[in-house]
Amino acid sequence: MRRHFTRAQKMVIIQGILFLVLVIDIIQLYVVTATMNSYLGGDAGVPVPAFLFSLFCLALNLGLLRFLYVLDRKKPTRVL
Amino acid sequence: MVDEDRDYNTIPPDGRPPLEQPEWRQDFPIDVPQDNYISRREFTKFLVLISAAFTVGQGWIVYENWQRKRAGKLPRMKVATLDKIPVGGSLVFFYPKEDEPCVLVRPEANKLLAFGQKCTHLSCAVIPEVKEKVFACPCHHGYFAMDDGRVLAGPPPRPLPRVKLEIHGNDIYATDMELRTVV
Repeated sequence: MRRHFTRAQKMVIIQGILFLVLVIDIIQLYVVTATMNSYLGGDAGVPVPAFLFSLFCLALNLGLLRFLYVLDRKKPTRVL
Repeated sequence: MVDEDRDYNTIPPDGRPPLEQPEWRQDFPIDVPQDNYISRREFTKFLVLISAAFTVGQGWIVYENWQRKRAGKLPRMKVATLDKIPVGGSLVFFYPKEDEPCVLVRPEANKLLAFGQKCTHLSCAVIPEVKEKVFACPCHHGYFAMDDGRVLAGPPPRPLPRVKLEIHGNDIYATDMELRTVV
């Protein structure tokens, strides 16, 4: 059976998700900056692993976003 | 109307019951917790979009890196003659493409050095100061050593790319460009 959260609980969950997504975004920003610096410096070995890591971060974020959509699904209507 | 489930009721910012609210708020009620919830949810969605944009950027770097590998070695190109550059002088040439300015310096009679002229900070043209043995970037006061192009001061993150030279008789040839993250 699917669990339904109260609005207060949903607020805590969404703040947690927002924090995680924000941290992952900051890590991605750092990685893209470092990759650009190494690419411009002629280091050919960095871009592919950095891209794979960034893809992994995006997958994490999409997973969290999916959870957000699941959280937003309406409660089933009550039959009186 | 009051729903028996509290989550579906409008809650005003001061938390007082609806009948105690001013008339205008009764006409246009704002559900503050719901408003906060939705704004955070939308911001999270926007951040995921930013994350996708970073990943696309990384993909673009991978593509450019692949293109650079595919292009292979740079061509050998005559860039100047020895009699055109006096001792203590400098000369601008373009290598390997027409939009890639480089600077050739001759600090001593038997010493020739060449570096890319674009500052590694924001691509302003660096100016050779042969007496001080530095390249100076006038835009943000970045300084590079003339011997090896390493950063001496200012915001540039990387040394200047070094152009490899060959001298045959009176002719000076550029044969390759060495990009570096550190010296």
